[in-house]
Amino acid sequence: MGLKRTPLFSMHQKYQGKLIDFGGWELPVEYQGIIAEHKMVRSKAGIFDVSHMGEVEVTGERSLEFLNTLLTNDFTDMTEGQIRYSPMCYEHGGVVDDLMVCKLSPIHYFLVINAANTQKDLAWMEKQAFPEGVTITNVSDRYAEIALQGPLSQEILQPLCDADLATIKYYYFLPSVKIAGIDCLLSRTGYTGEDGFEIYMPPEAAATIWETILQEGGDRVALCGLGARDTLRFEAGLPLYGHEMDEDITPLEAGFGRFVKLEKPSFIGKEALSEQKEKGLERKLIEFEILGRGIPRADYEVQKDGVRVGHVTSGGYQPTLEKSLGSCLIKSEFAVPGNEIEIIIRNKPVKGRTGKGLFYRRNKK
Amino acid sequence: MATEIKEGLYYSDEHEWVRVDEDNANIGITDYAQHQLGDIVFVELPDLDSEFDAEESIGVIESVKAVSDMHTPVSGTVTAVNEGLDDVPESLNSNPYEEHIVVIKMSDRSELDKLMNAKEYADFCEKEE
Repeated sequence: MGLKRTPLFSMHQKYQGKLIDFGGWELPVEYQGIIAEHKMVRSKAGIFDVSHMGEVEVTGERSLEFLNTLLTNDFTDMTEGQIRYSPMCYEHGGVVDDLMVCKLSPIHYFLVINAANTQKDLAWMEKQAFPEGVTITNVSDRYAEIALQGPLSQEILQPLCDADLATIKYYYFLPSVKIAGIDCLLSRTGYTGEDGFEIYMPPEAAATIWETILQEGGDRVALCGLGARDTLRFEAGLPLYGHEMDEDITPLEAGFGRFVKLEKPSFIGKEALSEQKEKGLERKLIEFEILGRGIPRADYEVQKDGVRVGHVTSGGYQPTLEKSLGSCLIKSEFAVPGNEIEIIIRNKPVKGRTGKGLFYRRNKK
Repeated sequence: MATEIKEGLYYSDEHEWVRVDEDNANIGITDYAQHQLGDIVFVELPDLDSEFDAEESIGVIESVKAVSDMHTPVSGTVTAVNEGLDDVPESLNSNPYEEHIVVIKMSDRSELDKLMNAKEYADFCEKEE
């Protein structure tokens, strides 16, 4: 077998997380229960081990030029300390991965990629034509990553830090913050639909930081597994690679056109995506609610009047909203809000209705 | 993990329990099963009067993270279903031995002999860990 373990494995044992094989990593799916953990993150805070995520450094004078060619978003006007999300596409417009780009300096960028895609992404990046002096380095083993998510995240983390967290805006980071005396990269980002932080630290310091946050947080913070991470991200309508986007689903079909800057002079996938946009999309991603009884799950067939029109990309019971929602990739003519569709659940059609704004949105202060 | 096991019930290796009342088998899932499944959010019950063979799937239990078939340990006809589970499926998490899922009128009582008693089931669960 040989499952990989994160630097926080001893913590998952100590706190009795229910361990599973998650894409080759031995990680907790839940501690006290997915719904309880989910609700804690919506109301207070939750702590997650996300050390399996991959990290890549891009360095060199012409890093910006490289990133602007490699990725669909435009990084030209980014400031130091800013973070930008982007798909990374193949020539045909399908998606290699989606990732975050953190700008440390004009010659130094820090990329955060999906765990399961780390090797594939690196192979893809290395295949590209590099401008002179640009280097990419897989630094995944040099970092553990902890996510602290939920409305009380700042209040819990602040006393442990030597920086004023209120100064970090959403999708910004500080490259060097002392947390419990340990030097970390700290970003105001997350994958839950709540306010929160992601902390990148040396692997050997991870357990100390984990314990320090738990101690400070007390009953305001819940240990959370990957189960709640998935329900929180989907309830907030956030995409997951392999579901809403993959090699066969372009960012335009997935509704992420705002991260594809077709006006850039050139980038990988530009021709295919421009052509797709010009011709019009044959299928689109749209959210839906279930009107009958049943829970929509990934890969279930979607029909309209008995004819297949697409499939469910993600779906499930939404703990905060207390109902079942899904996303589906269906023929564009049906991908408009208010359309009745059928989800095929165990060979039986269950009524659903496409919509807009069905997902959870937090009340921003 | 401490799993609760009740005396006086029959147990299957699929982690269902049977409480016998004359020819009727009240069937539910064990504490071990509900713990493995996690938060239960949906139960699909069989139709009344439908007939099943032992070990056949009679319905579906969905937790937040997974879809699982529910089996009957004994053959027979469905005479009642626990409709309360339509609205409160999570009661299978909180009271696994109080909430039956179906009642089956058994067609062959000798099938009960193949099931485990509490002690045997406790040993079985320990091996599953």
